[in-house]
Amino acid sequence: MQEKLFIIALFCYLISSVKYFLYLAFRRKLLFIVANSSVAAGFVVHTAGLVMRSIQTGQGPYTSGYEYTLFFSWAIILVYLIVEIRYRIQDFGSFVVPMGFLLLVYSLTLPSETVAANPAIKLSLTLHRTLSFLGYSAFALAFGAGIMYLLQERQLKSKKFGPLFYRLPSLEVIDDINHKLVAFGFPVFSIGFITGSMLALKGKGSFFSWQLSTLPLMVTWIIYGGLFTGRIAVGLRRKKAAVWAIIGFLSVMATYFLHVY
Amino acid sequence: MNIIVVGVNHKTAPVEIREKLAFNEKHVEDSLRKLVEYTHLSESVILSTCNRVEIYARAHHKEMGIENIKSFICGFHGLERTQVDEYLYSYANEETVEHLFKVTASLDSMVVGEPQILGQVKEAYSTARSLRATGMLLNQLFERAFTAAKKVRAETSIAENAVSISYAAVELAKKIFDRLDDKAVMLVGAGEMSELAARHLVSNGVKVVMVSNRTFDRAVELARELKGNAIRFENFPDELERTDIVICSTAAPHFIIKKEDVEAALHRRKNQPMFFIDIAVPRNIDPAVNDIENAYLYDIDDLEGVIESNKREREKEAQKAMSIVKKEVDQFLHWMDTLDAVPTIVALRERVEKIRIDEMEKTFSKWSGLTDKERLAIDNMSAAMFNKFLHTPIVSLKKQTESKDGHWYLKVVKDLFNLD
Repeated sequence: MQEKLFIIALFCYLISSVKYFLYLAFRRKLLFIVANSSVAAGFVVHTAGLVMRSIQTGQGPYTSGYEYTLFFSWAIILVYLIVEIRYRIQDFGSFVVPMGFLLLVYSLTLPSETVAANPAIKLSLTLHRTLSFLGYSAFALAFGAGIMYLLQERQLKSKKFGPLFYRLPSLEVIDDINHKLVAFGFPVFSIGFITGSMLALKGKGSFFSWQLSTLPLMVTWIIYGGLFTGRIAVGLRRKKAAVWAIIGFLSVMATYFLHVY
Repeated sequence: MNIIVVGVNHKTAPVEIREKLAFNEKHVEDSLRKLVEYTHLSESVILSTCNRVEIYARAHHKEMGIENIKSFICGFHGLERTQVDEYLYSYANEETVEHLFKVTASLDSMVVGEPQILGQVKEAYSTARSLRATGMLLNQLFERAFTAAKKVRAETSIAENAVSISYAAVELAKKIFDRLDDKAVMLVGAGEMSELAARHLVSNGVKVVMVSNRTFDRAVELARELKGNAIRFENFPDELERTDIVICSTAAPHFIIKKEDVEAALHRRKNQPMFFIDIAVPRNIDPAVNDIENAYLYDIDDLEGVIESNKREREKEAQKAMSIVKKEVDQFLHWMDTLDAVPTIVALRERVEKIRIDEMEKTFSKWSGLTDKERLAIDNMSAAMFNKFLHTPIVSLKKQTESKDGHWYLKVVKDLFNLD
């Protein structure tokens, strides 16, 4: 049953992604409305699926690669919807919803059996994974904003304007949303990071479990920490911030895939 | 029933001709009255702007109606037909509808997408309407034209991109900065074009304006006009770090803003972007400034380039707009078809004739022993009866469809007899 819900959500996101791209190209209001409503519908179904899964397993969707990829995709769409409602950044959806879609596709290729969590650490695990993925989602959106920024900046510098130039918002708006996403994502991710470290301490007796995945995790934390503090301290903003947000997210993906395998 | 238009526009006639043919407000009232007095014309609207003079009318006869308007135009302005014939264009029905829809949606304008024309057409129509020079047909025509124009405006970005230097500067500023109300602009050199650009920026929200000029008095004067501050020419480099938008237009033969200046200013303002507009020839700002991160430099050629690409964008949007207009035209023509009495009358006659034949054949098959002569007599009698019966309704139907509420009569007849 939940699988069916996830597949419905998947199609909603697919429709939404396609419509966002068509809207970017053709600027028909109807396309935008369809794109927005299908992503919202997908999100509702996706949420229902996650809730059912959690009821069935008796724990949050955090214990297997399958589960947290589902959750990651869900969190990206959640943060996107909040940004869309709050800030209405033109055409942001074209850069973000496809990420949610691709992650959902990926999750459905993973084995879906339940892995029981150690009851002793259930609560801190829940906290760790929820916060980490909310942080990652904000970083995913900042990545999308970074790409938008570079596209727009390139056109302004080269003075060669493609159709995208007319569609995308101003550099200031994109930079601002990048900043807001990192300002939200970094503290949330940091708390997740700390709870994770404490879990590792409890479980394995050392503060960091020196697995292969720990290194990129550290790198990720340092990158976003730099981006978070650098804006005010050394004027790390605009193009540099966009590039950092892109590099940071590549590091997130490296961390993530090392974790899933 | 025909819709016709006769007129000249910027494409067909030079300004010397257009000004001779123009109708000013005072003339319009008089002219509309006279127009309707022509035998072949019933409703009319006069559209007179600096780029076009057009008379729309409803005509009972296409060619005669066009002739009527032409001779009215010449008579009114005291011109010979030979003087104006080569400049006048005329359209009828479908072409008229398409023409008006294009005009109203600003697809026929000198600058495609310019916003004034819709207001001008509205004005022309409401004048004619208030003088009762329009009726059901032109009312519907113009209302539909406005709908189409609004659709074009809403569904395309035909009017969005700047096509003049000073607007292009504002538009670019809005792509770099989101809000302009917390930005500062500095004019270096108080030329006419930079003044115009500054005015556009101010009307788009910029609050802080600085003016620097070699002749300080001129700077003071312009600063007062723009509600800004005057800055001595030797001091302007110090102000760069507080400036978001710099417009340069001095007569200096060399670069007065160099790469180092901008780098230093950007460093001090923690990489908050700066937008440089260099409209001086020879150029005043080192082109290498554009290579600095967060500095955007546009010279006069770059701005021309922006305008060119904006125009191309408008052309593209115009194609999209054309397909919207075509759809609207089709809808209007369809509505016009429903006004035509002839098909309804034909259908009515066919319906009655079928009943007559069916009933006659039923009677003949039951009634053997009738001679051919008798059959013919019955045939003739029933035909005459039905013809007489239909004569009055058909005549009044024809008459009513020429009136204001004619389409209702047609609808009632169609419904009563279940035609279509």
